[in-house]
Amino acid sequence: MLQTISLLLENKPGALMRATGVLVTRGYNMESLTVARTLDPGLSRMTIVVDVEPHQRAQVIKQINKLINVLQATDVTESPSVCRELVLLRVRAAQESRTAILKEAEIFQARVIDSSTEGFVLEATGDAEKLDEFIAVMRSYGDIE
Amino acid sequence: MSSNLMNGASMLLECLVREGVECMFGYPGGVTLPFYDALYDHPLRHVLVRHEENAAFAAQGYARTTGKVGVCCATSGPGATNLTTGLVDAMMDSIPIVALTGQVSSKLIGSDAFQEADTFGITRSCTKHNYMVKRIEDLPQIIHEAFYIAGTGRPGPVLVDIPKDVFQGNGHYAPVSTIHLPGYKVYTEGHSGQIRRAAQMIWDSERTMVYAGGGIIAANASAELRELVETINAPTVCTLMGLGALPSEHPNFISMPGMHGSYAANMGMTHTDLLIALGVRFDDRVTGKLAAFAPHAKVIHVDIDPAEVGKNRNPDLPIVGDVRRVLQKLNPILKETREQEAPKKAAGRQAWWDQVKAWKEQHPLQPSYSDSEIKPQHLVAEIDRIAGGRAVVTADVGQHQMWAAQLVRFNAPRLWVNSGGLGSMGFGLPAAIGAQFGQPDNLVISLVGDGGFQMSIPELATIAAYGLPVKIIVLNNGYLGMVRQWQELFYNNRLSSVTLDCFPDAEKLAGAYGFKGRTVEKPHELAKAIDDAVAEPGPYLLNVKVTPFENVYPMVPAGGAVNEMVMGPPQPVPVG
Ligand SMILES: Cc1ncc(C[n+]2csc(CCOP(=O)(O)OP(=O)(O)O)c2C)c(N)n1
Ligand SMILES: [Mg+2]
Repeated sequence: MLQTISLLLENKPGALMRATGVLVTRGYNMESLTVARTLDPGLSRMTIVVDVEPHQRAQVIKQINKLINVLQATDVTESPSVCRELVLLRVRAAQESRTAILKEAEIFQARVIDSSTEGFVLEATGDAEKLDEFIAVMRSYGDIE
Repeated sequence: MSSNLMNGASMLLECLVREGVECMFGYPGGVTLPFYDALYDHPLRHVLVRHEENAAFAAQGYARTTGKVGVCCATSGPGATNLTTGLVDAMMDSIPIVALTGQVSSKLIGSDAFQEADTFGITRSCTKHNYMVKRIEDLPQIIHEAFYIAGTGRPGPVLVDIPKDVFQGNGHYAPVSTIHLPGYKVYTEGHSGQIRRAAQMIWDSERTMVYAGGGIIAANASAELRELVETINAPTVCTLMGLGALPSEHPNFISMPGMHGSYAANMGMTHTDLLIALGVRFDDRVTGKLAAFAPHAKVIHVDIDPAEVGKNRNPDLPIVGDVRRVLQKLNPILKETREQEAPKKAAGRQAWWDQVKAWKEQHPLQPSYSDSEIKPQHLVAEIDRIAGGRAVVTADVGQHQMWAAQLVRFNAPRLWVNSGGLGSMGFGLPAAIGAQFGQPDNLVISLVGDGGFQMSIPELATIAAYGLPVKIIVLNNGYLGMVRQWQELFYNNRLSSVTLDCFPDAEKLAGAYGFKGRTVEKPHELAKAIDDAVAEPGPYLLNVKVTPFENVYPMVPAGGAVNEMVMGPPQPVPVG
């Protein structure tokens, strides 16, 4: 199962390496990882998604909590949380499909970041399902990246 | 304020002195030159070993026999990488050591400079925590934090990597008065409600078993353990790391459980209805097949590391805390309630004790002897005789280690020194060096295999140079015995690369280093040879040739249930 862990860690040398390293060392598979600064410049907020057996969930949290630089690790898999993804997508498009692409982009409320003779770079946010659809639609117009 | 202006090397020494460090084990090199220069006329004792791995093992030997934080030191690059086995070993056995490594100058880091290695990265998973000092101002804080982290909570190794320019740079030393580590959580007290529940569970059980480990020794909780065991009169097993936690001669002590544990210990574990697990981690060498381990038992698990609780076995009652503090709270409750509670299950408890004693009598752990050859167990029994439950015995890894764990008595903690979790060959001899510095007035015996000994031969020079009266006893079976045993039992006796030919002549070898040594192979000569070795004021190398093909029994085959242990070699079947 996918477990989402939110952790607050000190902005110290190697702190990031420790948090990801302990997961690798203990044999857990990381699915995704984001790091951001917090309002306190001494602290960072990290969100890690790991693929674990349900019975390992508590152990993962305990192992991360043992790290000296980690103030707190919490399992937020089931907590009500806002989960949004962001996609940056380059689509190569022939001249004749440009307008159609822009129409579709509007439906998904995607923004045009860059436009050139070869195509567009689009930015879309939303939940995972909606973005998967967005990607599928764009793929039908040409090569995407 | 020029009085406290000093370079980083002197500042480091200042910190070590403040931490109460009396001796350290190390090996110098290019980037640690400034540090060694400061040591030159400093009272702190630096013991020059002959290989950095052994500096870490010696620091452990010191830590394990004193309870203090051991210190080792190495130069950058190869010096630091040579330390790693000793660090992982300390990590596995929760031994507090601080490792100091030199690093190339800050401005060269990342340039593949001469003797540069990513020590900070390499040792991330080998340590409880590690540091790289970037500025001399941070040095005192980091050193004191390192000692604090190593020695508190679940102890472990901490490494501090120090670039050469930090050693050389000047700064003002300001004593560090507080340590602020907001992310470092140490749970010592134990939940009072849980402790009260534990007391009730104990009185409600009939077939209680205490399962005590290295955590008791780390927490200096032997007295409290003894009080518990006597208050509830429970049979007690001590793990490989916990030997000596309860005196071996205590009537409640059963033996070590697990792969080479006794019949009584493993049967006890299998049939208990309440397992009181204290400072243990349900290691696979103890539990065997986890699903079949202590199948009828409720489990109370006390450990200072929350991650150990529920890692391998889900306890019915978890108590996270320092086992000493927890027992200090639990014992009075048990004493208060004993009169009222103990009689309720008295009959059941008596029956349990009768059963445990019967198991003990059915298959006691006992040495075997022969008239023509020295049996390895005979040698270990002799070591037990001379040690008398009071000497320090360090072991290497292999068959000899298991026989020692089965047969040598330890009537106090911090006498039995061995590499439990990692099983690092080459540990025994350097650990004895540290142990002799840790307990200078005690007899230190280093029981090593002929394989492991040859991994440590360079340290004979250290022993000679410092005149350490360590008694090195080689259990020489001519084989990498433990591997040979597995090849015999599980690989059709195809003995592949386990023969140890060309063992050096012990008398000449010791003589080359300027001390005495000898080889014995006759059973009737053994006792005197050991007496002579111990009577010698200096070091001694006693090479004992034993029966080559002896196996360690009982044995739980890997992955088997502990009650399915094999008690001995298959008996020859009579023909006809
Ligand atoms: C560094 C290291 N390498 C390999 C092993 C695997 N190993 C475990 S026991 C053993 C045999 C040890 O032989 P010896 O030192 O002669 O002791 P004996 O078992 O014969 O008593 C080996 C090779 C190990 N534990 N450590
Ligand atoms: Mg051998």
